[in-house]
Amino acid sequence: MIPAARSTPFHPRWYRRRVSVWWWLEKGSYTLFVLRELTSVFVALFAALTLWQVRALAAGPEAYGDLVARLRSPGFLALNVVGLVSLLFHSVTWFNLAPKAIVLRIRGRRVPDWAVAGANYAAWVLLSAGVAAILLRA
Amino acid sequence: MASKPLSPFLWLVFSAGGTAAALLFPVHLFLAGLAFPLGWLAPPSPEALRALVGHPLTRLYLFVFISLPLFHWAHRFRYTLYDGLQLKHLTALIAVLCYGTAVLGAAVAGWTLWSFPG
Amino acid sequence: MGDTVTLSVARYRPEQEAEPVFQDYEVPLRRDWVVLDALNHVKDRLDGSLAFRWSCRMGVCGSCGMMVNGEPRLTCAAFLSDHLPGPIRVEPLRFFPVIRDLVVDITSFLGKLKKVKPWIVRKEEKPISEGEYRQTPDQLDAYKQFSMCINCMLCYSACPIYGLEPSFIGPAAIALAQRYNRDSRDQGSRERLEVLSEHDGIWQCTFVGECSQVCPKNVDPAGAIQQYKLASATRWLSLLLPWGER
Repeated sequence: MIPAARSTPFHPRWYRRRVSVWWWLEKGSYTLFVLRELTSVFVALFAALTLWQVRALAAGPEAYGDLVARLRSPGFLALNVVGLVSLLFHSVTWFNLAPKAIVLRIRGRRVPDWAVAGANYAAWVLLSAGVAAILLRA
Repeated sequence: MASKPLSPFLWLVFSAGGTAAALLFPVHLFLAGLAFPLGWLAPPSPEALRALVGHPLTRLYLFVFISLPLFHWAHRFRYTLYDGLQLKHLTALIAVLCYGTAVLGAAVAGWTLWSFPG
Repeated sequence: MGDTVTLSVARYRPEQEAEPVFQDYEVPLRRDWVVLDALNHVKDRLDGSLAFRWSCRMGVCGSCGMMVNGEPRLTCAAFLSDHLPGPIRVEPLRFFPVIRDLVVDITSFLGKLKKVKPWIVRKEEKPISEGEYRQTPDQLDAYKQFSMCINCMLCYSACPIYGLEPSFIGPAAIALAQRYNRDSRDQGSRERLEVLSEHDGIWQCTFVGECSQVCPKNVDPAGAIQQYKLASATRWLSLLLPWGER
């Protein structure tokens, strides 16, 4: 880092360690953090897949049938399994962290963290049920 | 990085996109990516799906569904590259690529849903 | 438990080495000893040249922060018995420049602290004749947690963003800004907003959350930062919307 320190009593050489590009592997919590951030890639991929589906649907039965067949391929299935795990990780970390940002006070008392997180989880379940109901009954 | 008035806006969009993705994406991916292809559950017929997507409310839903999470990714990925890979010298390029992709995706989604038959 | 434990201490003497080296010391393993006791034993009996900061030895002054086995800890609160078996690695607080041995340069932090104006800012002082500023328990509750900060800087050592970008204003400074922003007596939010919304302000934070994990006083700086982001964003919205307040 510094060449053989030439210091005087009045200007000591302060040591500064350079942060490695692998900083996120040095600690378990850092690695988890980076994995959490990388879930955004799967979020983008699924948004893109949904767009693809809509476009195929608009293009006609052939295009749509094509896409449906592709979704059955082992490659896509594997990708979607990893994607689902990643999205679930995103959801859980997102809802668990929401109470940190959302501080509500009702009649002067702070709403406890579990209530804020719980409300998010409840909304998650309700919305998922609603979506499933619509898609399975169509 | 971003200018002062832009930062709160970008964070707001990131948060909205993250919330939308957290609440809606798992069930949609489970159905479209696993349950339907693997035959665990009966998928809607292409005709029924077309009719459903054609509805103005569904178009709006899908536009938000696709666009907001794209911006969530753009914002988050941009910081991941900046911090994780220490690509500080490329900060402007990364920002343009990330947000640009999201804008492009949203534009395509908007166009596709606007001109969807039905 | 044996009689002694090894303390592996980082030494850095700029006049004789270019990089820190480790020096091992055998210290008595007493059940009630903390790492600070061991360091003082080294200084008193084994090697008087070891340099380190400490003061209250009871977790309120924030002076004795160091890395103990790779984690930022107050050495007056880190029991030797919790870090067995040895050797126990003691290093200066990570991400700060090292002046000598275990002493780091904290000037940048002090500058950041000053920037956020950690004092009651009033447009106009209330004259003494009008009496005290009164505050209900609920009003106190709004900022009390953030007021527990002892400026020990463990949160900076835990924050990878600060490690990568030393100009980042950092967890403690933002938490302390919030302590005053949320104080009902304070009228300085606008002034602090300038500093906090700068390039190196709150928006650099990506909510790693490690700062709150290591805080010895449960200040929850990560929470303070996220709350400020949300407040900033809602304020932006209210300025944008035509019926919002200006």
